[in-house]
Order: sequence, then structure tokens, then C-alpha cells
Amino acid sequence: MSGPVVPPTTGVKPAAESGGRHGGGRTDSTRKRIVIHLTLILAALIAIFPVLRVIGVAMRPGNRLLDSEFSLIPPGATLESFRNVLFETDLPLWLFNSLVLTTGSAVVGLLIASTSAYAFARYKFPGRGVGLTVLLATQLIPAAMLLVPLYILAVQLKLTNSFVGMVIALSVTSVPFSIWILRGYYETVPVELEEAAQIDGCSKLEAFWRILLPLSTPALAIVFLFNFLAAWNDFFLARILISKEDLLTWPLGLQRFQQQFQTQWNDLAAASVLISIPVVALFLYSSKWLVSGVTAGGVKG
Amino acid sequence: MSIEIITNAIRQVGLTLIAIAFIVAVLEGALYFFLVRLLKFRYAIPIMLVAPAAVGLSILIVYPLLWELNVSFTKMSLRNFGDPGFLGLAKGWFVGPENYAQVFTQPVLKLTSFWQLLGQTVLWTVSNVTFHVLGGMGLALLLHRKMRGKGIYRALIVLPWAIPQVIALLVWRTEYNFEFGAVNQLLAKVGVAPIAWLSDPFWNFVAMIITNVWLGIPFMMVIILGGLQSISADYYEAAEMDGANSRQAFRHITLPLLRPVLTPAIILGTVWTFNNINVPYFINQNELETSDILVSALFREAFQYNRYGDAAAFAFVVFLLLLVFTVFYIRITGSLKGAYE
Repeated sequence: MSGPVVPPTTGVKPAAESGGRHGGGRTDSTRKRIVIHLTLILAALIAIFPVLRVIGVAMRPGNRLLDSEFSLIPPGATLESFRNVLFETDLPLWLFNSLVLTTGSAVVGLLIASTSAYAFARYKFPGRGVGLTVLLATQLIPAAMLLVPLYILAVQLKLTNSFVGMVIALSVTSVPFSIWILRGYYETVPVELEEAAQIDGCSKLEAFWRILLPLSTPALAIVFLFNFLAAWNDFFLARILISKEDLLTWPLGLQRFQQQFQTQWNDLAAASVLISIPVVALFLYSSKWLVSGVTAGGVKG
Repeated sequence: MSIEIITNAIRQVGLTLIAIAFIVAVLEGALYFFLVRLLKFRYAIPIMLVAPAAVGLSILIVYPLLWELNVSFTKMSLRNFGDPGFLGLAKGWFVGPENYAQVFTQPVLKLTSFWQLLGQTVLWTVSNVTFHVLGGMGLALLLHRKMRGKGIYRALIVLPWAIPQVIALLVWRTEYNFEFGAVNQLLAKVGVAPIAWLSDPFWNFVAMIITNVWLGIPFMMVIILGGLQSISADYYEAAEMDGANSRQAFRHITLPLLRPVLTPAIILGTVWTFNNINVPYFINQNELETSDILVSALFREAFQYNRYGDAAAFAFVVFLLLLVFTVFYIRITGSLKGAYE
């Protein structure tokens, strides 16, 4: 069995900044360094330009919404839009709905995936190869293909406009990807550790619970985060299953917003900033682990 | 936002979680009784471990696919709406393989044929993945060195991946506005005439690609950067000693050693781009058929035109297309070798 290309340890605790291939012998010339920095600054500007624009628009006073100026802090900047979306609109409700749905489904998804992945990593059983192939194949199914049957199924079971249907659908859709990632990670943990525990009197499942799971905390965290982000950013499932005002998630709410207040695009911008900040912070905080999660699970040389 | 709404939401989600736990417990209990106690089956434990996922996926993926397959042989639509039953036979909706034939002979929506959509999809996928890989590779190579501000550059460049996609797309759509959008205002500053990004077929397609390239480069960059870090510096030192220049080192060391990381990332990126429905849905605001790709046409055929039978057949054609491509690609590159051991 060949290990993953990027050992999970590189990601969990990023390998000491080796400085890449220029760390050792030669160093870059000053001119080359300047070109590199200029290129990276340009790339960073392109990456964050829309973000800066949104922040700027969110702070514009109502009578200057369509100005064609690009300063980060607009003339007459005001935080009125932030106050407005927080206290005068349903934004808090949408965020709350998204949070409840997302947390619930991420927990269920993680529980289901972590046990199945264990079976795929440590047991040989009939149907194992087929199972893994089917899990991969599910990643190829266009989302639009499942939306119609899921919608009809939800109508028949009277699960539209209810969080029951949403939680079930959201938690299961990310299970295949989670299983692949966790299985890849489990396989990098030496099986001898569990065998030692079994010699000491643990059953095999106890060894899984007491040895493998705690050792896999980083991978479990990544999978939880993946599921959380996927559910948090879901638009189409909510669009077909939810239409009642009380139950809207934030992606649906924002849409309403734009139709209702066609010209209030500073409110939309303010809401976008408020929604993005926690997600971006969470993402940046965990992005080192995200990489190792993808590579450890998906990449086997 | 009232207390009543909040408690209702928490109660619904809580009850769902309890119900799921209960169903899993019953399932596991039954399996334990039959497989372990009665049959003393060798593979009882792995089956018990896999059972919840298997049941969940059967209900939410396998059953819907079978339902879809069934509908694809009927003329179910808004006019013929309801439970079709087996192949729609009882209701006289059965049309045999006609829907599949129509995919190739009639316009999928109003104007555009399957073949044109396929062309648009190939163009969309190839140009996006190419720019993703080239951009990601370039940035990763620049960042993979000892330098000041490396962490800051990385964090800023990763931002498009981190922002919730719905928000990013709403922002881009607004910025493509003919009069008030930032894109045209910036172009005006360098003396370029404004472009009708949202209504001109050609420029709308370009706008979709620009947006998606912006969205997708960070993922490739992060993956490639991870791959670069796993390559030992010893190789480069040895190559340098043998007199190789940096271009030769890239071609003979970096590229081959990146392949195990790059190939799966390209497969994943291709599948994601092919199946990307968010970008066409949000950026193609005026519903131009020339900006549709296969999956966005599929969504509209089902949810706007309500031609469920046609859409089901179309869905299977699209899915098979992607499946065949992926199997071939995996075979050729051998990228999943070892995954089943």
C-alpha cells in the first residue's frame, strides 16, 4: 500500500517553511524578487477587488449608491446599512435558520461517514470495491439531476417547507466525499496501534473508538468543516424545498432582498459583508488543514 | 425574528436528529440480531458500520436515480403531473425511448440543440480548467520560496475560494452592470467602450468564464502548493550540481513529481466545472441560451419548462457523458491505482 503523496502531517502541522527549492543554495536576484512581488500584489488585488468594492458600497450613504468612484472608504461613509440590515430586515432570522440547519446536518454527516470510512479502511468485505466505486460515481451526478426527484419525493412525503427534509438531504449529500477523505486518513494511521490496544483487551470497535478516532481528530475536523461549508453555501436544495418566509436560509433571503429593494444595493452589500466575515475567518483559519484533507483522501500515488 | 420561530426551527431540527438516531439504532439492533446472533456472519461488523450510509445514500441518491430513470420513459410534464407509476403505463404516459431520441434531434430548451450545448460545455470546461491550472501553477511557483509576506499573499489570493459562492456571484453580476458596474467603469478609465456583459451572447459567456476563473484558481493554487512542498529539495540540488537550469528542473523534476497531485485535482476540477450550475444560473441573468451549459439547461428544462420526462432522459445522457469521460481519463492516467488496496 502506497501512502498518500502529501503525508497528513505536512498539513496538520505545516512542514517547517522549508523555503522551497530556493532555500538552500542560490537566492533570487533583487530584480527577480521585485517582479515576483509585483506579480503577487497584482494577483492579490484582482482576488480581493470585488471584496473591497462590496465593503466600499456597504458604507456609501444612500444618495451616492451609483457613484463611479473606487475609494475604499467612500466620501460621507456611514455604517447605516449595517445597522439597517441587522435591525430592520430578516437577515438575523435567515442566518439563524442557516446555522441551525447547517450544524445539524454537518453533525449527522460526520457521524455516518466516520463509521463507514472505518469499515472501508480496516475491513475486507464483499462489495467493498463496488461500494468505493459507487461513492466515486456519485460525485459525477449533476446536482440538477437529483433536484427533480428529490423535490417530488419531498412533496409526496410532505417535507417541503420543513427543516426535516433539508437536514436529511444536506447531511447525506456530502457523505460520499467525507468517506473518501476519512478512509484515506485512517489508512495513514498504523494499524499496529489498534492491534496493540486489542492485545491489551480492547475489542476491535473499542480500539476504533479509543485509538483511531482520537488520532484522526484533524481529519474529522476537516470533514466537519467541509460539510458545514457545503451546507452553509447550499442554494439549490433550499431553493426547491423552502419557500415559506420564516424558513428562508440566507442564500434565499439575499435573493429576496435584491428583488424587494431593487435600488438598495448598499443593504445587500452590507449583508454580504456580515455573512462573509465569519465564514472567511473560519476558512482561513483552517485552510492549512483543508489541503491535507483533500490530498490525503483523494490522492493515492 | 420571534421566539416562536426560533423554538420551532430548533424543535424541527432536534426532532429530525432524534429520529435519525432512533432509526439508526433500530437498524443496527436488527442487523446485530440477524447477522451476529442468528447467522454468525463473518462480515457482520463491516456491514453494520456501512449500513447507515448505505441506507441514507439509497434513499437520497439511488432511489431518486431510479425514479428519474422511470420518468425518462414517460411524457411527464406540467400537463401530465402526478405519480407516473411504473413507466407511466397506467396513465398512458409511456413513450418508450422517444425522450432519449429527442435529446439529439430537438432543441433542449427553445432554440439550442444538444450538440450546441455540448460544444458550449466543452468550451466552458476546457477554458476554465486550463486557466485554473495555469494560474494556480504560476501563483504556486511564485509563492513556493522564502519570501516576505508569503502568508499574507496566500491568504488574500485564497479569498475567492473562501467567500460564500452565492455572494461572490451576486457581486460579480452587479459589477457586470452596463452602466453602474465596476468592470465597465474600470474599462472606461483606460478608454475602452462599455461592454454589454449581461445581454450580449458572446460577452456574457466571457463574463461567466472570467468569474469562474476568478473563483477556481485558489483551489488549484493551494493543491499545487501542497504538492510542491512534498518534493524534496535534494532533487533540485542534485540537478543543479549536474548543471541543469531551472527550466529543465521544472520539466524533469517538478512536473513529473507533481503529477500524482495534479491528475486527481484536474479530474475533480473538470467534473466540478462541467457540473457547475451556480455560475451560469447567476451570471446568465437574461437567460441567454447561448450561455447555457448542459447542466444549467437541464435545470431550466426541469424547473422552468417543467418537461420532466424530457429532462430525465437528458439528465441520463449528460451523466453518462461525464461518466465515460472520467473512466477514460482515470484509465489513461492510472491515477486511482492503489486506491482499492
